[in-house]
Amino acid sequence: MPTTLLPDAPDTSETTRMPMRKPKHLPRATAESMASKQRDISVSEFFAKNRHLLGFDNPRKALLTTVKEAVDNSLDACEEAGILPDITVIIEDLQPNRPANSKASRYRVTVADNGPGIVRKQVENVFGRLLFGSKFHRLKMSRGQQGIGISAAGMYGLITTGKPMVIHTKPKATQPAHHIELAMNTKTNRAEVTVDVETDDFPPRRFNSLTSGTRDLAERDQFLAAKDYTTGTSVSIELEGRYQKGRGSVDEFLELTAIANPHARFVFVPPSKESSPEDADDAPLLPKGGSNGATLSEPAAQTDAHADSSAQPNTPVVTLETGGVTVYPRAVTELPPETKEIQPHPRGIELGILLQMLKEAQAERDNYTLYSFLQDKFSRVSAASASSFCQTIKATARTRISDIDHDQAERLFKVLQDSKLPPPPTDCLAPIGVRQLLAGMLKGVRAEFYAASSREPDVYRGRPFQIEAALAFGGELKADEPARVIRFANRVPLLYQQSACSSFKAVTETNWRNYDLQHPRGGVPIGPMVIMIHMASVWVPFTSESKEAIADYDEIRKEMKLALQECGRKLGTYLKKRAKMRREGERRDVFQKYIGEIAKACNAISGVDAQELYAALLEQAKRKTAVADLELDQDGKAVKDNSIDADEDGVIIVEPAGSSDVGDLGDAPPIGKPSRAEAAALKVHALRATDEEPTLIDVRPPKRLNQKGNQAKPRERTKEPQGDSSGSQRSTAPARSTRANVPTANTGPKTAAKKAEARHAAEPLPSTARPSKPRIQIKLVPKQDPGLF
Amino acid sequence: MARKPAPKTASTTAKKPIGTLPERDVKTIGKLVGLSEMVVKRGMSGKDPVIHIPLRTKSNTSWNRKKGILEMGDAKADRPLFDLKTAKQFMQTMLHASTIKDLIEQGKTSSLRGVFYRAKHTVAGTKENTFDTQDESDPILEDLEVSLGALREELHIFASTRGNLVGNITIIDKGDEINARRMGSGGWGIPSIVEPSALQFGKCEAKFVLHVEKDTVWQRFNEDRFWEKHNCILTHGGGQPPRGCRRLLQRLNQELKLPIICVLDNDPWGHYIYSVIKQGSISLAFESSRLAIPDAKFLGIRAKDYEECELDDGVKITLTDNDIKRANEIAAYPWFAENRPWQKEIAQLLKNGFKMEVEAMLQKDISYITEEYVPQRLKAKDWLE
Repeated sequence: MPTTLLPDAPDTSETTRMPMRKPKHLPRATAESMASKQRDISVSEFFAKNRHLLGFDNPRKALLTTVKEAVDNSLDACEEAGILPDITVIIEDLQPNRPANSKASRYRVTVADNGPGIVRKQVENVFGRLLFGSKFHRLKMSRGQQGIGISAAGMYGLITTGKPMVIHTKPKATQPAHHIELAMNTKTNRAEVTVDVETDDFPPRRFNSLTSGTRDLAERDQFLAAKDYTTGTSVSIELEGRYQKGRGSVDEFLELTAIANPHARFVFVPPSKESSPEDADDAPLLPKGGSNGATLSEPAAQTDAHADSSAQPNTPVVTLETGGVTVYPRAVTELPPETKEIQPHPRGIELGILLQMLKEAQAERDNYTLYSFLQDKFSRVSAASASSFCQTIKATARTRISDIDHDQAERLFKVLQDSKLPPPPTDCLAPIGVRQLLAGMLKGVRAEFYAASSREPDVYRGRPFQIEAALAFGGELKADEPARVIRFANRVPLLYQQSACSSFKAVTETNWRNYDLQHPRGGVPIGPMVIMIHMASVWVPFTSESKEAIADYDEIRKEMKLALQECGRKLGTYLKKRAKMRREGERRDVFQKYIGEIAKACNAISGVDAQELYAALLEQAKRKTAVADLELDQDGKAVKDNSIDADEDGVIIVEPAGSSDVGDLGDAPPIGKPSRAEAAALKVHALRATDEEPTLIDVRPPKRLNQKGNQAKPRERTKEPQGDSSGSQRSTAPARSTRANVPTANTGPKTAAKKAEARHAAEPLPSTARPSKPRIQIKLVPKQDPGLF
Repeated sequence: MARKPAPKTASTTAKKPIGTLPERDVKTIGKLVGLSEMVVKRGMSGKDPVIHIPLRTKSNTSWNRKKGILEMGDAKADRPLFDLKTAKQFMQTMLHASTIKDLIEQGKTSSLRGVFYRAKHTVAGTKENTFDTQDESDPILEDLEVSLGALREELHIFASTRGNLVGNITIIDKGDEINARRMGSGGWGIPSIVEPSALQFGKCEAKFVLHVEKDTVWQRFNEDRFWEKHNCILTHGGGQPPRGCRRLLQRLNQELKLPIICVLDNDPWGHYIYSVIKQGSISLAFESSRLAIPDAKFLGIRAKDYEECELDDGVKITLTDNDIKRANEIAAYPWFAENRPWQKEIAQLLKNGFKMEVEAMLQKDISYITEEYVPQRLKAKDWLE
């Protein structure tokens, strides 16, 4: 038994993790011995017993876990192959005519990706076996938070419905795809192939006509388009489940996944009807009402989309819904960097692990010396430090591992713990990045202020990790509710056990009052806010095997708090500035109001020219409230001259039209200016176009009055959309989002930039308002979680 | 709209040419124009227009021991236009100034309420009123009085009539001869403006003035023809006497040399009314020289009267905490602090632990106060000064 794991070693849960798609990376011998060890346990028995551990506690969660595993697999596969993920999730209701009060129903979950596909002979291994193996020594940042492979989902389906898993995979663009149906034989722990044929039907065409929404999208080549899915895999699993929106739903999972993976495009076709709510707790969150229906104009002009589809995202960077189908578009076009695998850091291991590693090394090579073992199997152990370790435990450079006794091993462990080694390398981490965070939040959350920050990597227990945080504030978010905290570990959203999570504690411990927010003691701040925390690590410490909350290590929480404080500081600055603007604006308004009366009175008393006096006093009022003027003045001054934000990175401000204006001094909003939302989107796009880290992104409200007290003049209009060079289609309906030739110096002639949409425009766009495409109605995803969308 | 001030004229009614106005009015108009010109001058030169308003507070009031009256100090409050707290008041002050100029030019007078209504309108371009209530308007007018150094009469404003007079005197009010001996049961209402220009005294046989606190007691004295029997003038001020009443008493005292004798409640409020009649009030300290009657006398009701007059228990009204606090404050006023009889009187009041109203005397016998109490005390000259 060369590789037996110590049963009492912590984190043994990891050893029962099921690898998901890459069996070739696993030491085969290990896997097989593991499997043989568990041979006498019936897999179905194991599974039935441990359902709750694996995320199949109840029908609703089972549905989510199935989607989640499949999506995680797809993302991993695409990223590994260097393909920008395009993932379609379809949930079909197989019992649409069930009684209205039934708690669960039978669903078919299909997840299709444009990944590299799977070669025929690996299919059974990937989908059909519960391969037990140790990933413990492999420290690599990866998804797989749920710790359970797609095969478990397939088995759940098999247990609950008796139906096999259906797999279509197309590893080569030029060759037909494989159609395989797999059923798990629970006795032998082997998959049995029931159907194995070649087919040209990939991506499966039958989905195109599933709903009106899919038909619409398919017509525009935006739904399972053959050109986007030249290779790929689709998995269909029939299972007993429950589809219901709200917290912990498939919808939420996809929303959050889309935020944390702005490089991926998701399409979600939900089932036609929700299950009836089981209890009040599970009830869907308040629908967002009218605010969801924010206007969107046509995505990209169709012509541009075709011309430019390879290089630029051809969809707007906001989430859209078409006839019930939700499209989470791609917001950035770079894949996250491929992460490296690292060796464990000596300070991060425990005695049992060390013993086991010694055993494994011994088995590997007979004459393995301790000296080279230390250098080979650990990170940051140099030749010098290795020899010093050897000396301390009275061994030489040539001492073989087999000669090390338990006592020595224990002493070695102590020495390693006390050693002063450099922290582990951090190039194994792939943070999302400030720019991507902002892009993700911007497309997923309708707020007016966004801030993001990315901390430097740090180490806990010898394992490198990195914390990122982002904030979205204001806009359409609910003002009087506790802020919403969204948590991610290695880009995977964590949907359960929020209060047990270190990130949640970090949120409650941060003093939000410093940033002008309401903050009940020990709670989440109150306000129109979404707080996002992401932890990237080669090894995310979870509190339990269900892997839903991050364990509360001081180092981790400290980093989280620092990241939150960075974001909070930016928000506080913004809020203070906004309050100041408002105050000054009110002041000026008050003065302005009374000056007229005073001028009249003076005219009546001493016959002075009222007009002249009024002008003089107004001039003074303006000077007294110069701050308000300065802020409101957009034409005259460069926005970046403006004091507070000048040194702030990672901030986007999108002020809804009219929000900052005090009083009712202005008349029609200036026509021909870009709406602020548009401008913000342009800024983000500009970011995307360059490879630099974002600097200040700030979109100012249009000013109402210029310094001389006249009404602001609208910018020169570009009246004929079709006539101008951008050639983009215009949405004309909402007055505030009137399109124009946007003067953005830094974007250049990027056509897609001009499609940036007015996410914040107020009214839903009536379909008639888009003369060119009257039959397609696109609006923002409604009725989802109130915090997002 | 606030941005579009277009008024050219404030009044459409005929104005009298300045030349035909009385000299006093010309002076007042000069002051109003001065105020407006300050605003124009400062406004045009980029400075913040400020109105300086003498403070009407206790801290800015001092007691002139020699004259025996309260006088206003020099402290002033600034009312700048460009301050959120004072911008509206500034506007209101200017509005009233303009209204008053209009009144003067037309040779009319108006009540406080009338001025309030004349100046009340919606601020152009908003839904806000220049004044919401008269309570907002009245202090602004007082501000104007003090800051311009012009009296209310000079601003052509009068307060509502309060207080009555009857007695052995003839009064000429705006040319009408008023025989105060033939006023029936109601008496003559004392107008708000009793300046010599508007009101003169005719024949007067009275030897003193008896001022009582309220209407009820005044009615008693009038019905019992007290003024006839004792050859005096009988007045009341409806509680705290208004300016018109005080000014009239002061003129009777100064011009006709009649002693003023007060019959007020035996409580801190009665003492305070006496104090105001005698030395002037804090809020009107700037007019003390026209209003205060330093030799006014306090006849009763006295703290000792409960025992001396053998009154019923029913007349006692227990002192409240507030009464006690007020009594101590009054005792500390400089003009009382050095006055031993008054210190004794207030100490007695506090010792008694109860207060009495003038009406208490009615309880003993309906005419006890007119037939016994006041005549005896007058004869004995038993009063406080």
